[in-house]
Amino acid sequence: MRDMTPEDLQGRPGQEYTLNYFDGFSRRIWVVDEEVPFPEGKLIVSRTDPSGVITQANQAFIDMSGFSAEELIGQQHYILRHPDMPTVAFKGLWDTIAAGTKWHGYVKNLRKDGRYYWVYATVVTNIRNGKVVGYTSVRRKPSRAKVLEAEALYQTLR
Amino acid sequence: MPRLFTVSPDFNMKYMSGWFIFNTLLQKALGEAIHFEPYEDFDSQRKAIEADRVDIIYANPYDASMLVREKGFVALARPRLKSDEAVIAVRADSPITGVEELLPGIRVATTDDPDVHMMCMIMLEPADLNRDNVQFITKDNYVVVAKELLKSQADVGFFLSETFDDLSEVIRKQLRVLVKSQIHVVHHMFLISPQLASRSEEITRVLTNMDNSDAGRRILSDIGIPGWDPVDIEEVEFMIDLMSTLVD
Repeated sequence: MRDMTPEDLQGRPGQEYTLNYFDGFSRRIWVVDEEVPFPEGKLIVSRTDPSGVITQANQAFIDMSGFSAEELIGQQHYILRHPDMPTVAFKGLWDTIAAGTKWHGYVKNLRKDGRYYWVYATVVTNIRNGKVVGYTSVRRKPSRAKVLEAEALYQTLR
Repeated sequence: MPRLFTVSPDFNMKYMSGWFIFNTLLQKALGEAIHFEPYEDFDSQRKAIEADRVDIIYANPYDASMLVREKGFVALARPRLKSDEAVIAVRADSPITGVEELLPGIRVATTDDPDVHMMCMIMLEPADLNRDNVQFITKDNYVVVAKELLKSQADVGFFLSETFDDLSEVIRKQLRVLVKSQIHVVHHMFLISPQLASRSEEITRVLTNMDNSDAGRRILSDIGIPGWDPVDIEEVEFMIDLMSTLVD
């Protein structure tokens, strides 16, 4: 996964951050303070292998993330991680799905162009013949009130 | 005792005679007596499933998930190029122009069609609406849902997209689509009970060969399905995982 550059922002003003991920990898990213609204009626669907590597992405995911399918498949799902999301939120996600329980939460995602989009995400464990073979994540349009609540909460957790 | 074949009660009534003819084809192909039972509502069909009376079913995605995971049914085929989408509609003259303008307390005309109801409730979430702050008016079918809107007895109506498109021109002109789902990966499935599992390949062949003959194509047209595509187990499991993310 490559570092972002100011060119990714397509002329928009942005701010640079360095993100350190749970597996020791770190990446320079650029963030633009501009939200892209979630499209009405659509669901973003993706699947990962047990280690969080993206194996499948639907068209809504491709459209909203700004990446091509080729750029997404094979990458860690944290390619979408926005610096405003507290690490503890993702720890909660992984602890919940590792216990085989469905996880729900509000997530601010980073796009390839540095802008962001909010989702209400649900993640379930894919079990085949008793074995965990991956995870399915479905993201849908969140309510603005819930986004504002999550935003306030995440500021206290960062 | 003949086998029992049934179809999700969300099918359009204009296809009723087509499903009887489809059942005749199944009987001939399998050399077994099969009784076609078109249940009038989801509740009575659900009771028949729970009582293990159903052997063959063309099920909606919600019931298909339950049949595979809880009853051991085997999914054989899906309708070609047909996915299940839902529509939330208002009266054409309603001042509402978007979901987020809807307020708690609205009257929602709906049916007991489980996946359409679920998809439409998801599309109401951006307005912070949920089952606790809307009033449901549950009707037997989508035509009556449309009539509730026309009589201003309801503020919004939930429809299966295909059925909404099939409403008469006169009714449709008086309604307006507020939002339509674009999920694409949720669809009906043709399933058989575990007792018939040994005949899976044979039945799949009957279905997928239907569009190879004039007679088969006529029956497909009479049930509103362009053709059957076989499904593999991973495709079925994926749809079930996806459905489970949408159910509370």
